[in-house]
Formats: sequence, C-alpha cells, structure tokens
Amino acid sequence: MSTLMHSAATALELIASDDPALWTIVGRSLAVSASACLLASGFGLVLGAYLAVGRFRGRGACLTLLNTLLAVPSVVVGLVVYLLLSRSGPLGGLGWLFSFQAMVLAQSLLVLPVVCALARQVVQDAEQAHGEQLRSLGAGTALRSVLLAWDERFALLTVLIVAFGRAISEVGAVMIVGGNIDGFTRVMTTAIALETSKGDLPLALALGLILLSVVLLLNALVTLLRAWRERVEGARASALSVAAG
Amino acid sequence: MTQALIELHGACLRFGPLPALSDVDLRICAGERIALVGSNGSGKSSLLRLLHGLLPPSAGLLRCEPSLRQAMVFQRPFMWRSTVQNNVALGLWLAGTGWREARTLALEGLEQVGMAEHAGRNARNLSGGQQQRVALARAWVRRPDLWLLDEPTASLDPHAKREVEALMAAFSVGGAQRTMSMVFASHNLGQVKRLASRVVYLERGRVLADLPVDQFFNTRCLQSVSHAAHLFVKGELV
Repeated sequence: MSTLMHSAATALELIASDDPALWTIVGRSLAVSASACLLASGFGLVLGAYLAVGRFRGRGACLTLLNTLLAVPSVVVGLVVYLLLSRSGPLGGLGWLFSFQAMVLAQSLLVLPVVCALARQVVQDAEQAHGEQLRSLGAGTALRSVLLAWDERFALLTVLIVAFGRAISEVGAVMIVGGNIDGFTRVMTTAIALETSKGDLPLALALGLILLSVVLLLNALVTLLRAWRERVEGARASALSVAAG
Repeated sequence: MTQALIELHGACLRFGPLPALSDVDLRICAGERIALVGSNGSGKSSLLRLLHGLLPPSAGLLRCEPSLRQAMVFQRPFMWRSTVQNNVALGLWLAGTGWREARTLALEGLEQVGMAEHAGRNARNLSGGQQQRVALARAWVRRPDLWLLDEPTASLDPHAKREVEALMAAFSVGGAQRTMSMVFASHNLGQVKRLASRVVYLERGRVLADLPVDQFFNTRCLQSVSHAAHLFVKGELV
C-alpha cells in the first residue's frame, strides 16, 4: 500500500513538474491517435453508411467479416502491419516501420472496423425508420447514405469519440510497429508497459493517470454532448407544448 | 373511357411466404379521390407502396402513365434535422431542382399550408400536426398529379386532424390548370365520407368492394356487394 501511495505521490509531482519528456510522450500519443481516427473515420463513416443502406450480393458476408474484425486483438493488427511494412513486405519500400506513420496506420486499421460497424448500426436504424420516405422523395442509395449520416451526425460524433478512446488506450499494435523508441515512437501505453517492467512505477503511474484522464475527458465529452442535445431539443419541445397550451 | 393514371391488373405482393396483396385490380383516373379502408393488416399501406413504386409487385401488372408525378405522405413524416424550409426544399432538390430555387419554392409551399412563419424553425421540434403540414407542403411543391397518403391523420389530435383534412380537401381540388387525384388510407369513416369520391375496401390483401362513396355508405348496396365490408362499416359506425 505504501509503495502505491508513494508512487502515486511521485506521479502527481511528476505531472505538476511540467517534465518535457512526459508531455512529449503525451503529445505524441494524442497526435498518433487523432491522426489514426481522422483517417479511419474518413473511410469508416463512408463504408459504414453505405453498408447500412446498400443492398448487394455478399452484404451479409461483409457484415460478418466486419463484426469479426471488431474482435481482432491489437497485437494481430500490429503483426499484419509489421509484415506489410517490413523490408521484405509489400509496403517495405515506404520505409515506415518503427515510425510515426506506422503507428498511425496500425491504429487506423484497428479502429476502422469500430467506426465502420458503429456507423453502420446508427445509419441502418435511421434507414429503417426513414429510408422509405427518402426513397419516396427520389433519393438513391448513395444519397440516402449521406443524408441519413448527416442527420445522425451527433450519434456519429459519439462513434468517433469511442474510436479515439479505443486508439489511445491500445498498446500491442503500436509496440510492434513503433518499436517504443525513446523520443521517437514512444507513446503513453508503450511507455507504461516499459516503465512497469523496469520498475519505475511513478513514471508509469503518472502516464497511467494522464491516460485515464484523457479517457475520462472523452467520456465526459460524450455525456456532455448527449446532455446538450437532450437539453436543446427538450427545451424546444416543452416550449412548444406550453405554447400549444 | 377516361384515361387511367395508374392501373393494377391481378397484382400480388408477398413478403416471403406471406401474401400482403392478392389479385388486386384497380384503376385510378384523373380527379378521383379514393379512400382505402379495411382493418389493420388488410393491405392498405402495402397497396399504397405498390402504387408509389416503393414495392414491386410479386405478380401481376402495374401500368403507370409515363409522365405521372406522384407524391406520398406518410403517417409519421420524416423530418430532417434541419429547418422547416430546408425540409420542404429537400423534396424538390431530390427531384432535381437547384437548391437555391428549391428553397424559394419551399416558402411558397409553406404558405400553402400556413407554415411560412415557421420556416426557420427546426422541423424536429414541431408538433405532429405541424410536421404533417410540412410533409404536405413537401409533397405539394412537387406538383403531383397523384397524391398517396397513408393514414395522414392517424396520430393527430382532433384539431390537427381537421387542419390536415382541410388541406387534403383543398389540394385534391387542384387548380384551374390541373386535376389532382388522391388515394388515401384511413380508418376514419367520417373522413372517408367527407373526402372520398370512391371507396375501396380491403380484407386480407383482397379488394372486396370498390364503390362510389354514396353506394359504399348505402347499407343495402354495400351488403349486396360484400357482407364483410358491410360488417366492417357497421362495426366502425357503432
């Protein structure tokens, strides 16, 4: 217990001391995960919305594959990206292995199924409720995907926050393709794993606390977003019912 | 014989093994106001969707005048998370009108339904009756020759019901240059009496009676055509 208390106190001191090494790792983590989410959301939202609305041969197989990919361990994703980027791999010429780009690529592939599957569910629910009316107005598959995705933009924003949470908290893939190189590819999760194995618990704990804070902040954002939506829409609705008498 | 806008010959519709419509013959001519009546699950909504082209017939023939413009209004209209004006403009934009022009025409449509002062409001925050009026405006701006309405007043309070019904009556009259036709599903026989010129009674996906409105509400006449339809009307009017 005393070790834990001592480590926690040292960790808090470290956070308060504005240690540049610590904040560089935090900054890199945020940059890698934000870039990966941006990349994955670009593809994932479009693909998810299309899968929700489109009807084509093999759609069922696509959905099964997508749901399977949701459960793929991050180390497997890391391994695949490692094989792709290694010197003898198909993308070896890029020279990305053990770089920022490699970590972004690995995290993108990791969160892509999350964004895609959740977006599909959100847009599919909207399609079931309103798709027929949009078809009646003349909207084809692609247009319905776009219109319904835009209409569900608040729900999709939550999906992106969830994806960011998944990306920033993973360790396996970035460890394999980034190599945890000090000052270059070290991120919060890989640093925690390393410092714990070295026995430097205060630094590991400080990073853990910051990581926890980031995840907490994301959840708070989701809650605030929901509350704001309910408040704005609820207030309008009640104002209306009062006006209607 | 008057030219039909849309015709069904022996049309069938199946959802998997379940038949929704069986051997339906229907001819809709310009200027007709047809009410579809029948109990829940009788096939009224399916028939409207078939006529609108949202569902293809499993068998039989659907013949439609090539230049026919249709618009459908649903029981619970979809309101896009945007302004009332944009919701009406969306209908036009999807029909090929430029967005700026669509927004201008949308205001015209909103004036028709008495909703112009709400043009800038979020459509999701309107009452059910107001949303239905916006849906009617969205259909009206497309200048349809044939209106299809699926229980448009079913979930509305009596006041909103009267408002929507008045708009339906006004729109079905059309204008000096054009004749509009209307097919609507309803459980409200009073509304059917007020709005329809012809009544089609459906039961288990089959048309059991297709009569002018005065004959449909004539007990002796209806009984001679369909005992089931007579019982339905009698039950509804109790």
